[in-house]
Amino acid sequence: MAVEASLAGRTFPPTTSYDVTEQAVAAFAAATGTPYRSGGPAPATFPIVVAFGAMQALMVDPEVGIELHHVVHGQQRFVHARPVVVGDRLTATLTVTGLRQIAGTDIIATSSAITDATGALVCTAEATLVHQAGA
Amino acid sequence: MAELTPTTYPVTRADLVAYAGASGDPNPIHQDPAVARSVGLPDVIAHGMYTLALVARYVDEQLGESGRIVELGAKFTKPVVVPESGTEVRVEGTWRDERTIALRVTCGDQTVLGNPVAVVRA
Repeated sequence: MAVEASLAGRTFPPTTSYDVTEQAVAAFAAATGTPYRSGGPAPATFPIVVAFGAMQALMVDPEVGIELHHVVHGQQRFVHARPVVVGDRLTATLTVTGLRQIAGTDIIATSSAITDATGALVCTAEATLVHQAGA
Repeated sequence: MAELTPTTYPVTRADLVAYAGASGDPNPIHQDPAVARSVGLPDVIAHGMYTLALVARYVDEQLGESGRIVELGAKFTKPVVVPESGTEVRVEGTWRDERTIALRVTCGDQTVLGNPVAVVRA
């Protein structure tokens, strides 16, 4: 089944807050071999950890109608207001910014605003999810 | 336009397991060959986000400094297949203007990311 056309424009509730720890940033940097100095900026793609939570919430929402095993990550872009640092308490709020439906495929454009404990924008994570609706 | 130094990064299954843990993406197509084949892939594939993280690493290494990336994005156009013996991803960048780096990311003879671009703080 294709997802509901009304999905476009919908904003989902903010994710529960995520505390950025030294351990989490160091593990992320180590897994990708990225230079990281303790207390310094986290790798530029680290906010995916928070954005992924928001994408999961979209994908498991029964009202949306996404079949999880038919989703491919098509595109990703980060726009940083500032780098993430250890001690940040981050929340992601996902909006479906576009929906195109072509021959049984849903192309779902999302934008997750990642904010810190003061509500200031840290990063915008834009993901395009390609959903092959099952027969 | 100034070319940056191309860099080749080895990618192993152990890296993908470490990345799955660090990123919170446990999708088994990135770890288990049987699951990958069951969905029509030739073998385990790297997370698209793993490859994009390598691009961020490349930019940090080329600049000699972390935290200068203000924009980074790409399309995931072809999978990076990671056999038991591992594989390699090659990243090369070119300054398009004083803040923008256009990248080319390949695995073997295949381009794996579409239009990868980084914008950095001066």
